[in-house]
Amino acid sequence: MLAFIVRRLAISVVVLAGISVLLFVLLQLMPGDPAEMMVDPFSFSGDRAAAVQQRREELGLDQSMFVQYVRWIGEFVQGNLGFSYSTQRPVTEVMLERFGPTARLMGTGLVIALLVGIPVGILAAMRRNTAVDYGATVLSLVAISIPSFFVALIGIYVFGLKLGWLPTAGINSPGGGGFVDSVRHLVLPAAILGLALAGPYVRYARAAMLEVLGQDFLTTARSKGLARRRVIGRHALHNALIPLVTVVAVQIPTLFAGAVIIEQIFAWPGMGRMALDAVRARDYPILLGFVMAVAVLVLLCNLIADVAYAIIDPRIRLSGARA
Amino acid sequence: MSEPLLSIENLVTEFRVEGGTVPAVNGAGYQVMPGETVGVVGESGSGKSVTVASVLGLLPSSGRVVSGTARFAGRDLLAMRERELEQVRGRDIGLVFQDPMTALNPVMTIGEQIAESLRRHASISRRAAATKVAELLAEVGIPSPKERARQYPHQFSGGMRQRAMIAMAMANRPRLIIADEPTTALDVTIQAQILDLLRRVQREHDAALVMITHDLGVIAEMTERVVVMYAGRVVETADVDSIFHHPRHPYTRGLLRSLPRLGERRDELPAIGGQPPDPRRLPDGCAFRVRCDLSGGRAECGFQPALSEVAAGHVSACHFHGELAEEGVA
Repeated sequence: MLAFIVRRLAISVVVLAGISVLLFVLLQLMPGDPAEMMVDPFSFSGDRAAAVQQRREELGLDQSMFVQYVRWIGEFVQGNLGFSYSTQRPVTEVMLERFGPTARLMGTGLVIALLVGIPVGILAAMRRNTAVDYGATVLSLVAISIPSFFVALIGIYVFGLKLGWLPTAGINSPGGGGFVDSVRHLVLPAAILGLALAGPYVRYARAAMLEVLGQDFLTTARSKGLARRRVIGRHALHNALIPLVTVVAVQIPTLFAGAVIIEQIFAWPGMGRMALDAVRARDYPILLGFVMAVAVLVLLCNLIADVAYAIIDPRIRLSGARA
Repeated sequence: MSEPLLSIENLVTEFRVEGGTVPAVNGAGYQVMPGETVGVVGESGSGKSVTVASVLGLLPSSGRVVSGTARFAGRDLLAMRERELEQVRGRDIGLVFQDPMTALNPVMTIGEQIAESLRRHASISRRAAATKVAELLAEVGIPSPKERARQYPHQFSGGMRQRAMIAMAMANRPRLIIADEPTTALDVTIQAQILDLLRRVQREHDAALVMITHDLGVIAEMTERVVVMYAGRVVETADVDSIFHHPRHPYTRGLLRSLPRLGERRDELPAIGGQPPDPRRLPDGCAFRVRCDLSGGRAECGFQPALSEVAAGHVSACHFHGELAEEGVA
């Protein structure tokens, strides 16, 4: 198992290097020029072209793409992600500051998605072709189909504006308001993020469970006189979890995509909003840092999926590691 | 004669399909005496497995028992609630399934799967259950049983899995073992070993055994009495000698004729012509008449033949069983 993880990590490093090249090139192809952005054409008086050129040289943007990449990756491997073009603060510092709120939002969203999606999907499979099943299927399709910004606006309208139950912006009230206050701020954005992911989870869980419910060994389990609860809870569930754990883990990074939008709408000071601001400001170092963080998360989730898969499936655990 | 251990009568089971229902069992019934070995033989779809599943409440959700009775040691299984039936399954009646590849849970150890059956029906500690599991595995001929109990099904060969399956069925010393095609999925060399094992544990535990199979070789070797099923009905029942030497139903005779024999060269084995009937469109009257080489289109075949006793302990559902008696050995 350890050898397997080490080998997977080694492969991940290669993949990460490839991603970094691709991202770097893509960013350069992005329209707009950070140096231009730094010299405000309305407030700047004097020779603007010269100022822009000076900026460009200061930032090394006049160098070839290759030189820029080598410089950046050289610093990256030493843990230095550079400095923000717009605020001049270290990228690592900015990201760390934004990481907490995003982790809180995404973590809660994930827990909601799991707690709603998996049980509902399993229940739908067990009550196949009944009202419960149809209801779950329709609702999961709705959750998948309606864009989260729309759900977010409805949520703000209903729970924030009309009912006045929940705050609709920020991570806590101005000046801070303790634990209850931050939970109240968290509820709406996390629920919307989580329910969007619960949609696909319902479908995966239902499919995985249906697959297992038709298997012979469940009849064997019943033939031993086991109670239905044990047949489902022990025999069926464990087998259904095997395919499920992979899709669940692989889907986790899609939360980032949701977070970018949700954070924007709810003025949540997380990495998603940071990324969007960085795009507007052509703040390449921040953007690179953000996208690399997403890439690491994707690779990590894949690794977790494979390891978890091996842990719960003895056929893989005991046959040695796979590549 | 003593009371039968299992007595199934007039069982009708149907399956829900798109646009209606399909009968799988049409009034079948047979009896099993304590300690007796009964073979149930018939083509695929003749209802031999569905009969057992109906009686034990193991039908898939699309299946439904319409009518009939199934008495086990005097109690009607079909009238029992699920809770009561759970007490019978695995304790009084043990099941061995066809394919040990799919009939064992791939993510639980062999030991766990046997132990949960023990612990379901008797309040014993984990430790005691583990000891018992090792004993059972040793009994069915699995070497180093303690280590093997900690292994998963994929670490067992097909024959070993079927041995484990038998250990599981035997765990609570049931009075009846039902083996549904227990050797069909195994290599020929392993088949004989598994049959030997079944016979041995049956004898040692003094249990009755129902062998469901389409293999007449297994029937001849293992059983005392034979139930022949066709299209969801029992068409003939007799002791194994009578079935093989004096069959009184044209279907049974057809099955026997299609067996190859040692010391006899034939270019072509006589097969029963035609296909098993589509259960959605069973012919009126005798379900076998369209394939029957005895009927000759006689009018009687348009009526469902009743099971009638043709000799002591020998019943047949054919209007013309008398004609077969004159023919003698097929």
